[in-house]
Amino acid sequence: MATDQGGIGENRLPPGAEVGGFRVVELLHEGGMAMLYAVEAAGGDPPPFPLIMKIPRLAFGSHPGCLVGFEVELMILGRLAGPHVPRLVAGGRADGAPWLVIERIAGGRLIEAAARAPLEPAEAVRLTAAVAAAVHDLHRQNVIHHDLKPENVLFREDGTAVLVDFGLARHAELPDLVEEEFHLPAGTGAGISPEQLAGMRADPRSDLFALGVIAYRLATGQLPFGAPATRSGMRRRLYVDPVPPRALRPELPPWLQEVILRCLEPSAEARYATAAQLAHDLAHPDQIPLTARASRLRRAGVLVVARRWLQALRQPAPAAATPARHLARAPHILVAVDLADRREALAEAMRAALRRSLIAEPDLRITLVAVLAPQAFGEESAPEIDHARQTSALVELRHWAHPLGLPADKLRIHLAESADPAGTLLDYAAAHHVDRIVVGARGHSALRRYLGSVSARVVSEAACSVTVVRPADE
Amino acid sequence: MRTALLADVHSNLEALQACLAHARREGADRFAFLGDLVGYGADPLACLDTIEGLVGEGALAVAGNHDTACLGGHLDTMSLPARDAIYWTRERLGPRQRDFLAGLPLTVAEDDRLFAHASADRPEAWTYITGVREAEQALDATAARIVFVGHVHHPQLYFTTPGGALRAFAPVPGVAMPLSDFRRWLVIVGSAGQPRDGNPAACYALHDAAAGTLTHYRVPYDARAAANKILEAGLPERLAWRLIRGE
Repeated sequence: MATDQGGIGENRLPPGAEVGGFRVVELLHEGGMAMLYAVEAAGGDPPPFPLIMKIPRLAFGSHPGCLVGFEVELMILGRLAGPHVPRLVAGGRADGAPWLVIERIAGGRLIEAAARAPLEPAEAVRLTAAVAAAVHDLHRQNVIHHDLKPENVLFREDGTAVLVDFGLARHAELPDLVEEEFHLPAGTGAGISPEQLAGMRADPRSDLFALGVIAYRLATGQLPFGAPATRSGMRRRLYVDPVPPRALRPELPPWLQEVILRCLEPSAEARYATAAQLAHDLAHPDQIPLTARASRLRRAGVLVVARRWLQALRQPAPAAATPARHLARAPHILVAVDLADRREALAEAMRAALRRSLIAEPDLRITLVAVLAPQAFGEESAPEIDHARQTSALVELRHWAHPLGLPADKLRIHLAESADPAGTLLDYAAAHHVDRIVVGARGHSALRRYLGSVSARVVSEAACSVTVVRPADE
Repeated sequence: MRTALLADVHSNLEALQACLAHARREGADRFAFLGDLVGYGADPLACLDTIEGLVGEGALAVAGNHDTACLGGHLDTMSLPARDAIYWTRERLGPRQRDFLAGLPLTVAEDDRLFAHASADRPEAWTYITGVREAEQALDATAARIVFVGHVHHPQLYFTTPGGALRAFAPVPGVAMPLSDFRRWLVIVGSAGQPRDGNPAACYALHDAAAGTLTHYRVPYDARAAANKILEAGLPERLAWRLIRGE
């Protein structure tokens, strides 16, 4: 054991030192808050992945947040699962100092990409989408990170983003050990959201604000609000908008500016409802409805800033009480439309189901998906005919959705071509965080019976809920 | 060790049996009864039989204000329906039950934990912990790291912060909360036999000492049967319908 004077939180551990059944291989990082060691299991049944040990610094004068952050991290990591967080292996106390051992993530770090910024737009989009997927998975587990920044995002070898450092996080069903603990609001100057500045820690869209800061930095190489260290400096983001990304890099597409500035809206209501909706947009940029945000090339003028400054004096509206309840208001609903099925009663019954959802789930997103059968043509005429077929399908889908009167932002349309409609729907649902699939029941025609039931297979294989709609008169 | 903590059983046999069965399914190794075993309900003898049996097998039990009131003395501080129930209960207790109640301690200390009915601060004063101020007094009165109490019929949690101020948290049923070593915790386990937070389901908590976690549970039980017994016994009607509504 390494216990010269003081405990493991004060002195560096030499290679070979043992703590809690783990042997130190080397010191990886000595930060202001904690020390990170590569370790291996000293005996027993070692887990099949590399390990690191994290020990908060407890020396005289160390930041009081060290221990609280450590305590919060241990508590919350113990409740998280899935590919987007490191696995917690063990935690304990030695010589009066706490330690924890977690999975070591072997791939790259987002901070390396951020250091290279500005990145090619495609790379910035790919990385932001990967982080958004991780954030959505976190929110689904009822946790808000509250300190997203490039330093806290790692990648697995396959590109999956992994979020680390949960020292400021909040789990909706556990006591919040963080809030109002310190003199300054809990967060980091560059990415802290306006709600966090007001001491409100229940809104998962705070993480979407931080995601916007990350995306801005990757795309432009700059921070949208700088990195202020004082509360008043941080409050400026409530009324002074960032320089539009395209003013810094004209080659960025307007839709990317739309997405980034939407994440950076001071009011959480104006941002994306969920990280899943953000990731979905980044995967289908041609579907993003552009607003004035997309074309802006300079900041707002003095009068607008003055008005916002006055508005910022009001407290932000409190969020739905937990991430789970917030996500329940904002599902992604995939509607499988069979364009060959001409039953108007079925279409109307499906729309009726969607109208009910709109009332109960006001922040939803509806994606209409039609799967076209592949057609074999002579090679020369194929592209034109195919284009005409797709255009006609898009027109029909828009016509299908028109009676719903959906705002542009709630509707997306996706065409696929495949001989396996059920498999295509299932893949799309899995890739885009779909929460519910709405599909029409099979009709009674001989052809339908011959083709087999898409709905039956979707019901049996989907990972989410499926609503099978049958018109009343059948 | 997993200890199921039941407070304020209040002679409600249906709720007691439902909580015991639930806790056994959840792997409880033993039970702790945080006072007010009797009063209000219509089954004092059956409840005391059950609890006395469990104490014989190692369960902990402390006295509550209703338990000592059943042994004698003035009832000036109690509401009228509560008094009626105490008089009714006094008539039914035999010497064995009276001896058992008289032998209950006010507090039990074990390792870094303390078990009491109302507060660790002058337990015989039966202070209601309804806010951080009372919770702070309770924690100040003991060196224990975790204090388990009942008396207040709402489940609640209080914990210390490095800044010194106490903070409150309403536990979510079924969610295991880690009680971090770095803090002190005051746990109000809620009432098994007479919940008053609008949810008529019985309430108890399970403390897992090895894992360092605490879980509150809500257990549905046949509140109508318990209420009917209260009416049949001629006890105040209000004591029956509050079980149905959880008030």
